[in-house]
Amino acid sequence: MEKDILTIICGVAMGTVARYWMMRRDFRQYPSYPHATVTHLALGFVAATLGAVAIPAIAAKEYTAVTFLALAATQFRDVRNMEREMLSALEQSKLVSRGPDFIEGIARTFEARNYLVVFVSLTTSLFAFIFSPLAGILAGVFAMLLVRRFMRGYLVRDVAKVRPAKVHFNGPNLFVEDIHIMNIALPEIKKIYEERGRGVIIEPLNDNGREILANVGQRQAIAHDTAMLLGVHRDVDTAEFTPLVRRKLDTGRVGLVIVPIEPDIECIVEAVKNVPVLESAFVKPLQAKVGRSAAD
Amino acid sequence: MEITIAKVILAAVTTKKNQHLVAGIPVFYAETDEEMIKMATILSRVLEAVAHDMENGVYIIVKH
Repeated sequence: MEKDILTIICGVAMGTVARYWMMRRDFRQYPSYPHATVTHLALGFVAATLGAVAIPAIAAKEYTAVTFLALAATQFRDVRNMEREMLSALEQSKLVSRGPDFIEGIARTFEARNYLVVFVSLTTSLFAFIFSPLAGILAGVFAMLLVRRFMRGYLVRDVAKVRPAKVHFNGPNLFVEDIHIMNIALPEIKKIYEERGRGVIIEPLNDNGREILANVGQRQAIAHDTAMLLGVHRDVDTAEFTPLVRRKLDTGRVGLVIVPIEPDIECIVEAVKNVPVLESAFVKPLQAKVGRSAAD
Repeated sequence: MEITIAKVILAAVTTKKNQHLVAGIPVFYAETDEEMIKMATILSRVLEAVAHDMENGVYIIVKH
């Protein structure tokens, strides 16, 4: 009995620590504000408990206890819904929206991280039960590192080349190099674009990159992250200054135009490079024979 | 899913008084180009929309 308790404690502790470790408190500041952190830590604790009790339950020949894990799946799907609903509701008050693809990606990540917590606590409790609590903790740390590696996705820098580009007007039409962005009538707005507008060209490295950048949600994510990092010169009544990302149909190249508060072009390029490639946008046409033979 | 009207022409501003007698959207007539620009600016700010140049003396105010 004491062994069971010790096993469960090890599993729960490692799982909860894993959840805390997985929270990325970087510039996105999400979910770092105190209450969201508490919510997710609590859910992580629940997940860790579910994972930790599975091994002692099986050892006690309580096989039905494993159906617990089914409960976990339902529980975590709710986490995804909760995040999606909240982020979608907050979308209206953002000057540059995240876009549904980005939100879905975030929501999916929150769900997946709970499963990863179950994995960590299950591994910990398995080793703690068979060998010793110390072995369990070591196995838990190893599982965490594995999870960390597994979590890492691609960034825009992995699929495309990003470079600064010239913003110019041809009549009322705004261009970034040869990519048409939009039509602007008012001279006052044009003047601001000419003085403070910054352009970036994102060139896909191959056909996979081309298709990723073709995704509208991916492009919205690029606009959102760049605007958030460098600030955006707009308010609700100046829709003209919404950063836009448009595609050159002939080549698949993508152009971004933004009027940032901080006009530092190197930082804009860096910001674009570090935008995550969204799961929903991630495709690999080059994996297919047709895609490979068409790419020449 | 909430259904909203996006990309709709809210108004037009023009200096061509005689040629554009269209119905369906409010059309504002201006005497000079300067007046047209001023009207388009005010309309786009008030309506939280964007003024686009049709390049034939007509500006349209579009909600995106």
